[in-house]
Amino acid sequence: MLNLLVISINAILIENFVLVKFLGCCPFLGVSKKSETALGMGIAVVFTMTIASAMTWLFNEFILKPFDLEYLQTIAFIAIIATLVQIIEMFLQKSIPSLYSALGIYLPLITTNCAVLGVALLNINNEYDFITSVVYGFSAGVGFLVAILLLSAIRERIAYSDIPKPFRGFPIVLIAAALLSISFMGFQGLKLPF
Amino acid sequence: MAAKKKKVSYLNILKEGIITKNPTFIQLLGMCPTLAVTTTVANGIGMGLSATFVLICSNFFISVLRKFIPNKIRIASYIVIIAGFVSAVEMIIKAWLPDLANSLGLFIPLIVVNCIILARAEAFASKNAPLPSATDGFACGLGFTIALTIISTVRELIGSGSIFGVNILGQNYSPALIIILPAGGFLVLGFLIALVQYIMSKLERRSE
Repeated sequence: MLNLLVISINAILIENFVLVKFLGCCPFLGVSKKSETALGMGIAVVFTMTIASAMTWLFNEFILKPFDLEYLQTIAFIAIIATLVQIIEMFLQKSIPSLYSALGIYLPLITTNCAVLGVALLNINNEYDFITSVVYGFSAGVGFLVAILLLSAIRERIAYSDIPKPFRGFPIVLIAAALLSISFMGFQGLKLPF
Repeated sequence: MAAKKKKVSYLNILKEGIITKNPTFIQLLGMCPTLAVTTTVANGIGMGLSATFVLICSNFFISVLRKFIPNKIRIASYIVIIAGFVSAVEMIIKAWLPDLANSLGLFIPLIVVNCIILARAEAFASKNAPLPSATDGFACGLGFTIALTIISTVRELIGSGSIFGVNILGQNYSPALIIILPAGGFLVLGFLIALVQYIMSKLERRSE
């Protein structure tokens, strides 16, 4: 239990997926203009990453491993994730239309979010068991949510400030992200001796 | 006349991919590998060349198959084609360049979700003949490689005082470690893109 807690704190703060591991930078920089859209994207990612972790782990354990097909991991995992995103999209559209319209175009974009494929591959590389994988996937998603919410809040402020012309648009966002990343380095001190 | 026209367009594809529509500095695509692997020049070039190889192959094959892939499932089909080539690259690097495989680690399989490759498949290869598509893949890959080389040169020089692991700035230089750390990746890329925007606005003003 304590072990799971350590893994989840690790994934959310100490080794934040976006700010420390650089996984999922595209949506992090692309859809963080407004807090609302950032929240929608973040929740969608938490949701998909949790389910994707479970599915890819089961697929690897019961299909790829017994048949010695581990070299097919990349292809199999990306196909699973793409299918999963499609299924989630159809499911939400039918059963929770309000959430579906809130997430809108962000759902299909998740397929190419490298954090999702990254967490699936990391689960296997780190040899986590099933429960740990799911917890790790969920926490990594929460880490993404925290990071993208923080950045979107900063960007809403940036929109009103007077910025030197060459820095307008993307560069200032990158510099804000750099400062965010520096502040997350402070969490290194949280590392528990496990 | 027709042949001449074609030649011009090939040159145009090259110019667009490498300079005017550089995937990293102008289109701002594929940020994850750009930020993550550019701590040393060797890693940056390794990543760039692997992505270039995948881009050329996937663009060529997607273009060959473009009339057979149903419109509705085209993205999924593209991803599976790309994933096939990425797996091949992963095996090649692991077999022949184990050091590079170790330092790039997770980011080799993650070439699959590099948005540059999918963007080129969707924007170019699905509409053009195989040969121009392969050229486009080569041009964009080269643009990506050049961008990675520039970023990683800056980061390695400031962050460890060396290039290709060879000490350049001498013993008295104390490396600014922050540039090698994740925060430095964001910072250096931010300043480089600001520089590109500055140069672009200067050029525009001159042409007016």
